[in-house]
Amino acid sequence: MKVSLFITCLSDAIYPRVGEAMVRLLARYGVQLEFPTVQTCCGQPAFNSGYWDDARKTATTLIEAFEDSDFVIAPSGSCIGMLHHYPKLFEKDPVMLERANKLQAKSYEFTQFLVKVLGVTDVGATFPHKVTYHPSCHGTRLLGVKEEPIALMNQVKGLELVPLPFAEDCCGFGGTFAVKMADISGAMVTEKVDHVLETEAEVLVGLDMACMMNIAGNLRYRDKPVRVMHLAELLYEGVK
Amino acid sequence: MSTASTKPGTVKERAGLALNDEFLRKAVKFTTERLRSGKKAASEEHGNWDDWRERGRQIRLHTIAHLDYYLNLFADNARANGVNVHFAETDVEAVKIALAIAERKQAKSVVKSKSMVTEELHLNHALEKIGVEAIETDLGEYIIQLAGETPSHIIIPAIHKNRYQIADLLSAEAGETLAPDTQILAGFVRKKLREKFLEADIGMTGCNFAIAETGSMVLFENEGNARMVSTVPKTQITLMGMERIIPSFEDLEVMATLLPRSATGQKLTVYMSGITGPRRTEDADGPDEMHIIIVDNGRSNQLGDPEFQELLNCIRCGACLNACPVYRHIGGHAYGGTYSGPIGAVLTPALKKDESQWDDIANASSLCGACYEACPVKIPLHDMLVYLRRRKVESGNGNLLESVGMKGFSTLLGGSKRMRGVIRLGQLGQKLVERDGGIRIKLGPLKGWNTYRVTPSLPKQSFRDRWSTIQKETQAEGATLDPALKARMEAVVAERKQGGGSSHGGHA
Repeated sequence: MKVSLFITCLSDAIYPRVGEAMVRLLARYGVQLEFPTVQTCCGQPAFNSGYWDDARKTATTLIEAFEDSDFVIAPSGSCIGMLHHYPKLFEKDPVMLERANKLQAKSYEFTQFLVKVLGVTDVGATFPHKVTYHPSCHGTRLLGVKEEPIALMNQVKGLELVPLPFAEDCCGFGGTFAVKMADISGAMVTEKVDHVLETEAEVLVGLDMACMMNIAGNLRYRDKPVRVMHLAELLYEGVK
Repeated sequence: MSTASTKPGTVKERAGLALNDEFLRKAVKFTTERLRSGKKAASEEHGNWDDWRERGRQIRLHTIAHLDYYLNLFADNARANGVNVHFAETDVEAVKIALAIAERKQAKSVVKSKSMVTEELHLNHALEKIGVEAIETDLGEYIIQLAGETPSHIIIPAIHKNRYQIADLLSAEAGETLAPDTQILAGFVRKKLREKFLEADIGMTGCNFAIAETGSMVLFENEGNARMVSTVPKTQITLMGMERIIPSFEDLEVMATLLPRSATGQKLTVYMSGITGPRRTEDADGPDEMHIIIVDNGRSNQLGDPEFQELLNCIRCGACLNACPVYRHIGGHAYGGTYSGPIGAVLTPALKKDESQWDDIANASSLCGACYEACPVKIPLHDMLVYLRRRKVESGNGNLLESVGMKGFSTLLGGSKRMRGVIRLGQLGQKLVERDGGIRIKLGPLKGWNTYRVTPSLPKQSFRDRWSTIQKETQAEGATLDPALKARMEAVVAERKQGGGSSHGGHA
């Protein structure tokens, strides 16, 4: 059984601690992740901006990287969501289309794999803090990951989960949107952080580091000491 | 084809104006929040909402797939009911037909109920040019007309105005100071419009649904003004987009379930009128002469286009606007066209065939998918926004700097060695600008981002750099795979091989 890690470029370059937590947490269950080093980016920035030829180049790299994996797991609903666009990206190329379909079928966001495949909701963690959760748009709306993170957090001892007002609203990241439409994105992240602060939570947790980087960046800009984590980090810290 | 005008400037510039208008942002936020909470409550209370959405979608898909058949059926039946049916290929043609009727009737005034199609055609302006007074009778539209503006929301035209601004406008019209009290303000408009209804030569309406099997047109409204418009004046002109058709009254039941709940959270609209032809001798009221103008104006561009045909499924409820976090911050006018919000961002360019005429409106979205989730007929607007961006790029109308950037992106990230090099370069380069693990400079591509955030600096080692250590340690410490977990994983792989694999994802 070959279970592969798709680290995603953001976790690779900026948040290696997230990938590490995922690998170490799964190793406790005897699931040894392997890491094909030829992988790069899912191509989402190019795809969403309309540069599909460029997106196909990086998509091909990724399809090749995971060709012989049984499972592909990433700490991001958005990057896994992008793999669900690959069939559309290769709709005119029957050979690549089949390879794209295969990759999509075996790809899982981290909590999907833990809960839906392994059937694990209680990792035995303790985390005595007040936590709020931001459900990222692509994970919830494109992949349908809604119950999994809640089920996992409900089993963490000492964790007090406080609901985030208007949790389902986008944080304003949107990839190149945050650069192209910086002021609209800025208004959105400011509103999101206002809601995070209303909860008086010590920790904000999520499943997508792009959104977390966006929200954490605004928290830091406003000197607000809320700790921002990926759920994999929280769970691993809780069992260490 | 379409000459529908867009407002000057870029989306960014127009959005900038809105973002600096605290009154506008507060008003839009207040009302959209009320509407979307209402919709959420109403759909939850109704139950099986996603099944109803799917039914609505199937009715719309079927109708649009056979639009030529249903349009002919509708036109034949409406004509048999005594209606004059006209087809207009362009906005210019539609306006010409409406003006010719007004001239033949020697009309001096037209009372109008809410119609987005007439906004699309700029019909009020055209009527005024030939000396016909056009009066909007929907409260929101009336306010907008007094302000000399265009609607900023599909169903709440004056959503961007607060009570005090409205009181100022109405006071100027009344010639006396009216208190900013909803009852007083609405009372003034009611009295004023009564006179206008009685004087009007022509009543002009839009159309929510046109029923093919009977040739009827159906109006949804809350104020009763559309009923006045369609019963008092001697002549009625209805303008409808060519896609407003549904096959039967049975299908209307589904639409009447979806539309008011999605729009305002109402279980039922206050008035739902079905109008089947002009007044018959036994009828107490109604127009003696009735016209329906069916408008294409770029809509047929979507027919046969697999990426955009579903756009014609829209029932104009406005739910996507109320759910959209971008709309909430910038309001409707920033979109620059007649239609705003996510549906406007797709519809405005899609109605024009020529990509070089498209502005940057499709970029004003974070692609969060809230519009798709809110849509009662499940139009994948977030995907369409990406297709619009792609078409603009592929037609050679993309942004040059961005296209160079994307070429660089795919080259640098096309191989892992190059990617590693890029990360290394970043780790070294950031030393110039990094402080306490954060980057704060507001220059170049970081200017906009760092106006609202601190950028995290790159750690000394990337995941790739750490991998061999992590791998060694987990292999040494890791547990052996639990047989029960192994069995679960094997079952998933086996099921996938039998073709049941992708059940864990896809559109919600």
